[in-house]
Amino acid sequence: MALMVIAMLFIGIGMVATLRPRFLTLLSIHKPLGSLVLVLALLRLGVRLQRGAPPLPSDLPRAQVAAAIASHVLLYVLLIVMPLIGWSMLSAGGYPIVIYGPIRLPGIMPHDAALYALLRSAHTLLAYLLFATILAHLSAALFHAWVRRDDVFPSMAPWRSRAPSDRT
Amino acid sequence: MSLRHIDELLDEALDATFPASDPVAITEDRDPITATVATRPPLAVLAAIVFILVACALAYAYTAGWLSPQQLTPARMVDALSRRGGDPVGHRRNHAKGICFTGEFEANGAGAVLSAAPMLARGRYPVIGRFAIATGNPQAPDATARVRSMAIRITAPDRQEWRSGMNNSPVFAVSTPEAFFEMTKAQELDPLTHKPNPLALARFFSNHPESGSFVAWARSAPWTSSYADQAYNSLNAFYFIDAAGHSHLVRWSMRPTLPASPVSQSFLLSLGRDFLDLDLSQRLATGPLRWHLIVTVAERSDPSSDATLAWPANRRQLDVGTLIVERAESESDGPCRDYNYDPTILPVGIRPSRDPLLAARSSAYARSFDLREAEAASFPRSHGAK
Repeated sequence: MALMVIAMLFIGIGMVATLRPRFLTLLSIHKPLGSLVLVLALLRLGVRLQRGAPPLPSDLPRAQVAAAIASHVLLYVLLIVMPLIGWSMLSAGGYPIVIYGPIRLPGIMPHDAALYALLRSAHTLLAYLLFATILAHLSAALFHAWVRRDDVFPSMAPWRSRAPSDRT
Repeated sequence: MSLRHIDELLDEALDATFPASDPVAITEDRDPITATVATRPPLAVLAAIVFILVACALAYAYTAGWLSPQQLTPARMVDALSRRGGDPVGHRRNHAKGICFTGEFEANGAGAVLSAAPMLARGRYPVIGRFAIATGNPQAPDATARVRSMAIRITAPDRQEWRSGMNNSPVFAVSTPEAFFEMTKAQELDPLTHKPNPLALARFFSNHPESGSFVAWARSAPWTSSYADQAYNSLNAFYFIDAAGHSHLVRWSMRPTLPASPVSQSFLLSLGRDFLDLDLSQRLATGPLRWHLIVTVAERSDPSSDATLAWPANRRQLDVGTLIVERAESESDGPCRDYNYDPTILPVGIRPSRDPLLAARSSAYARSFDLREAEAASFPRSHGAK
């Protein structure tokens, strides 16, 4: 899922910078992939609320705990809000919302210029915020993995099966 | 080599470089950055983390075009169109002066053999459209515009849409977005005279032989005083996909039912600035205006992706229905105002060709739409007055 979100950010910023045929290709990926991210993010949020998350290390300074929690909340919010803004923006712009071929979504906002303009700017600005949050998240993960060398990265990375007690 | 392997190799390298003395010492110290465990200085690791972050940010910036100031982006294209038009805040950056219309498309069903598009099946479908002149200046006198256009949005009962933007020239002046950009810059207003330099456009056309057919039309085609007697052509080609999944390369035209009444351009200059809108309103007061939607089917050798090249006149043509224009409304309050007539917004059964102008139009129109919807306060509605 992380790869999909990062792909979406690059596709989004790349497609609005090009007049080439790839504009249409990128746009045709951006909408279905964004829809998939929304569904997966909602599922993930459901799982998170039900099952909780692995605990942070008990010795982590309180400022870092607060930053971790804030960034996780921000990630969940942005992953859900961004595709909803995309959907809303197209609705407010009077666009038909074609996900792929015959698969279409209904409009969820009234056709209104000011609303469109607001949502359109929000989509870009929140994309920048999401990218920045991902970079912060990435740097924190690497910090846990390579500096603190604690249990946090193993709890994130699915391929790690070593238990902490294996380490000498 | 899997991610797991890379991860394990990195661990081994770190362990070899920074052998752990006492793992308890790490966890007891509450701030690892100033840890007194000197055998594991994190500086190189911190540098690696910073490097990764900077690399990611640079990759993003590069993808955004921020590191390539010469790249032809939608923003640069639309800026050039704005400069050509004298900065039409609140308006479309091209075809900036226009009028909305509403009506119906009455499909006769003949098109269904070529395309599965729902609005080509026999029936009547609502249309919201717009006539315009190809200028960047919403106050341009109608008599100064050689190219007139029709944009349409046809909606099917299942809410699929077919949007098209067509011009009255038989071919387009250029075949690439780069050439269109050069042509636009050649029409830029001189900062002192607020007029374009006529030599610049002439120089452009002499450097672009592919514009020959368009220039010949521009020089010889009759001027008329109406939108109603003009044909409007798709210029770009598209694929009609039939129910069996076969593709047919096509172009389409709106063919007028009124004969063209040629006049001189100087006569038009005497008619007043907005004679096209007045003429349209007068005609519609006495009854609807009609066009036939004529689809031309290409043969194998016909170019799919060059809008400067006409197809031979003997190609198969199909009349697939009638556009009935019933009512016009001024753009400030009209229903066409907040639509983006992006020609790649198409129903199932119609697909864009690889003509590079189509992707460029879609991308540039999106940018122009984004700007003008945010600038709506600069082009006020008249609060219900028509």
